[in-house]
Amino acid sequence: MNENNHYAIEARNLNIYYGNFQAVRDVNLTIQRNKITAIIGPSGCGKSTVLRAFNRMNDFILNSRVEGEILYHNKNIYDPDVDAVQIRRMIGMVFQKPNPFPKSIYENVAWGARINGFRGNMDDLVEETLRAAALWDEVKDNLKKSALALSGGQQQRLCIARALAVKPEIILMDEPCSALDPIATLKIEDLMRELSQNYTIIIVTHNMQQAARASDFTAFFTMAEDRAGVMVEYGTTNQIFTRPRDQRTEDYITGRFG
Amino acid sequence: MPRDTLIRQINQIRDEILILGSMVEQATLSAIQALKNRDINLAREIFEADQTINEKRFAIENAIIILMATQQPMARDLREMTAMLEVNTELERMGDYAKGIAKVVTRLGEGEVIIPLQEIEKMAEIAVSMLHRALGAFVSENHIQALAIPKEDDQVDELFNQAYRKIVEAMIANPGLIDHTNLMLWVIHNLERMADRVTNICERTVFSATGELFEIDSMDEDDANV
Repeated sequence: MNENNHYAIEARNLNIYYGNFQAVRDVNLTIQRNKITAIIGPSGCGKSTVLRAFNRMNDFILNSRVEGEILYHNKNIYDPDVDAVQIRRMIGMVFQKPNPFPKSIYENVAWGARINGFRGNMDDLVEETLRAAALWDEVKDNLKKSALALSGGQQQRLCIARALAVKPEIILMDEPCSALDPIATLKIEDLMRELSQNYTIIIVTHNMQQAARASDFTAFFTMAEDRAGVMVEYGTTNQIFTRPRDQRTEDYITGRFG
Repeated sequence: MPRDTLIRQINQIRDEILILGSMVEQATLSAIQALKNRDINLAREIFEADQTINEKRFAIENAIIILMATQQPMARDLREMTAMLEVNTELERMGDYAKGIAKVVTRLGEGEVIIPLQEIEKMAEIAVSMLHRALGAFVSENHIQALAIPKEDDQVDELFNQAYRKIVEAMIANPGLIDHTNLMLWVIHNLERMADRVTNICERTVFSATGELFEIDSMDEDDANV
């Protein structure tokens, strides 16, 4: 953490390109520690691109280029001396579609810890992590069962547990509920609220109601005329959803967009 | 444009609120008419009209709740709907004031009383006019107008004070009529409160249009009653 303030991570003058195409322009966004920040906006507004920039997932995309800074512990994570793998350990990610490994529930959680050289009691860690992900009670008698046998909502909570097992500080969530039914979605949202006591969460979501329900802060992105993603407005979720300042935010969240 | 259903339904509720408002205006003017002409039959009609006002108020409230549940309004839409709930309630209360005046008419019967009619008629005229324009500002989300209307409440308060003095003087001069003359205080109080509630509607208009929630300054009833 940036120990002297409440910020977990901060994007400064962030510009992201895919080849010649500018996908994100001049984003300045400060993420508060132990809070849930939602990034919302129409398709193509660059919100997932920005999310992936927070743990250097964009490194995997050919021809992608990042300008500006992502400050984490007062250090730009794009500096040449930074280990991207270490960054991704501290800043975990949960994806749209639950993607558990085709292994047992237990192994899914233990795997990350093991390759990180975890030396403590693995059974305790698995239990603790599954409890934190609000999954323990449902799976404790079937830890050897294949993770693929779980329901979609359970699989997603398992993926969250897997992310938690390596003790990250920040969890990035990219549309984590889009493949889930409403009840499973609400369970994930409750879980996010629990987790936010110990973790910083950034969530990208198409579901505005979810952003309104589940987040503390909201950033609204849209596409500029040249199709570059820009951040229009950032504020407390209460403010964004009751009295947005920018007409574009108003139009989007009241459904007048497009 | 997306959200056609939501927009259409909001417009429908706006129309219903305007209708409810005109029912309240009508009831108020009729109540003054009934007082002026000592028309007990007209007063009874106002009791019935109030029943209709109450029913319409619940129907509007229901429609708003259903719209909130089914359309999940946000931002301006959400503010307007919560404002509509408030305005709806204010209108129903104003209907009760009209009914209260009608009740005075039936209580008086044909008994002798001194009525400061000039002030009462003027108060009702101003209050109804304020209400009418306040509702126009509300449905058109005109917060500039909404901020201006409450200032007119000062005139109503001034008329209240004049009428109050006349009523007290009448009581002193004719102690035998004190029972009936006292009822005139109810009448002017109701009219004065009605104008106050117009201010509440204007506050909700400002909130709906801008998101700002604050009291619009005008003399409140405590000042007026001094």
